Amino acid sequence: MSDESTMKIDAKLGLDVFKLDKEPHIVIDTEVCRTLCVDRACLYVCPASLYELDDTGRMTVNWEGCLECGTCMICCDKRALTWKYPRGPYGVQYRMS
Amino acid sequence: MEKVECIVVGGGLAGLSAAYGLADAGVEVMVLERGDYSGAKNVTGGRLYASPIRSFYPELWEEAPFERAVARELVTMLGDGAQTTIEVASDRFTADPPQSYTVLRARFDQWLAEKVGEKGGMVVPNMKVDALLREEGRIIGIRAGEDEIGADVVIVAEGVLRLLSSEAGLAAEPVDRDHALGFKEVIELPPGVIEDRWHLNPGEGAAQLFLGNVTDGMLGGGFLYTNKESISLGVVVGMKAMRERAEKAKPQDASESYQLLDRFKALPQIRPLVAGGTVAEYSAHAIPEGGIAAVPKLAGDGYLMAGDAAGLALNALITVRGMDFAIASGYYAAEAVKAAKARADFSAAGLAGYEASLRGSFVLKDLQTASQIPAFMENPRLFTHYPRAVSRLLEQIYTVGPGPTPGLFKTAWGGIRRDFMNTGTVKDAWSARRI
Repeated sequence: MSDESTMKIDAKLGLDVFKLDKEPHIVIDTEVCRTLCVDRACLYVCPASLYELDDTGRMTVNWEGCLECGTCMICCDKRALTWKYPRGPYGVQYRMS
Repeated sequence: MEKVECIVVGGGLAGLSAAYGLADAGVEVMVLERGDYSGAKNVTGGRLYASPIRSFYPELWEEAPFERAVARELVTMLGDGAQTTIEVASDRFTADPPQSYTVLRARFDQWLAEKVGEKGGMVVPNMKVDALLREEGRIIGIRAGEDEIGADVVIVAEGVLRLLSSEAGLAAEPVDRDHALGFKEVIELPPGVIEDRWHLNPGEGAAQLFLGNVTDGMLGGGFLYTNKESISLGVVVGMKAMRERAEKAKPQDASESYQLLDRFKALPQIRPLVAGGTVAEYSAHAIPEGGIAAVPKLAGDGYLMAGDAAGLALNALITVRGMDFAIASGYYAAEAVKAAKARADFSAAGLAGYEASLRGSFVLKDLQTASQIPAFMENPRLFTHYPRAVSRLLEQIYTVGPGPTPGLFKTAWGGIRRDFMNTGTVKDAWSARRI
């Protein structure tokens, strides 16, 4: 990723307009992640790289940068995610796409 | 409970197309859009095939804010260090009228929403629908926050994830097998640079698809569409293939899907195409790719399903379509609602004309024609072996080494026998007869 034509994912997300809610629209049942899931597909599939394991090995999601594609929800076969669209005025607002 | 004749859930192309037809016929219609404006949550690759939909609302397409009329079609097969591009240009692609255009959704959908407004339809932004209201098996309206609004009929154009319709039991939840993830950068470049790089006349555009060294062998590929003052460069990758990859990944493998685009963009074949450009936006969206087998029930008592929510999209490898299907399904949904209103019958029987129209039109006919494509595309050789083999064969034909060079036929035949005449490829050719 040293090439100058590529950008860090955070910088890419920084180009987008987000209107932030106080409430998360993705909630993880971390107990399901811990006890049932070994594949952790969410870590791979999210195009915004929002999923992370914290220091204690607990799954977290930085939902603020969510592009609302739903890929994590579809790929989570353990059904650990409660995934909704952000409320009315919130979430990503594409200006071009 | 407040009540209108028709509620449209989702102000994308399917919903707006339906609302335009209804408002034009004097039906009271309210479009509920969760974004700040129509298009705020939408992503296309993207190209809209206009030929299939031109006869619907012909007055609209003359003034539509298209980006460029696609004059050049390119498919690039990326091998290991070698690539092959097939470029097709035809006067007929851009003959008056052109068959397809590149588009950007924020501009395009906002324009269509304005047109709906001019016809007297109401488009309400920032209005996220939380549930479809169901009573005795019939959809009777929607709930948005604290508000409930009733309707004679609800057109469900909520998009690919169909959170509301699956919750209400109208359609199955989306599954990985039937969907792909698409993500892209919009990269700004001056119009003159775009026209030079893709050999275009002013106003004309190019559509370029990439197979091979893009998706790490997973189902999918790269795409590039030229807009007026930008290009859309992105990757599509099958969700089932991604999940299987995650299953097989070793713990130390920290790669993530988003890096596919970075690696694609950094390829020596792609770098000159994006050089000097400024990334202006990064976006991602799920894409329905399950074909006709994944299309849910299209109508029932008090509701119709349209656009991506109804799985109406078609990746036929070379042609990738969805927006024309969305606009067509919206058009036919409006026709069906008008007919139902005339008979004052919004039951499944009263709305049955919708599915009949879609079956009689290109929408379900083309999906039926392509019914074997989703299974065909699960073959990983399409994304690994063939792009490499084609490029290797042509590279050898064009190679002059230090020693004697074998004859053209011998080189070609040797390459064909090596890469295209074994049990796997013969099997692939046999299954390709049905696509």
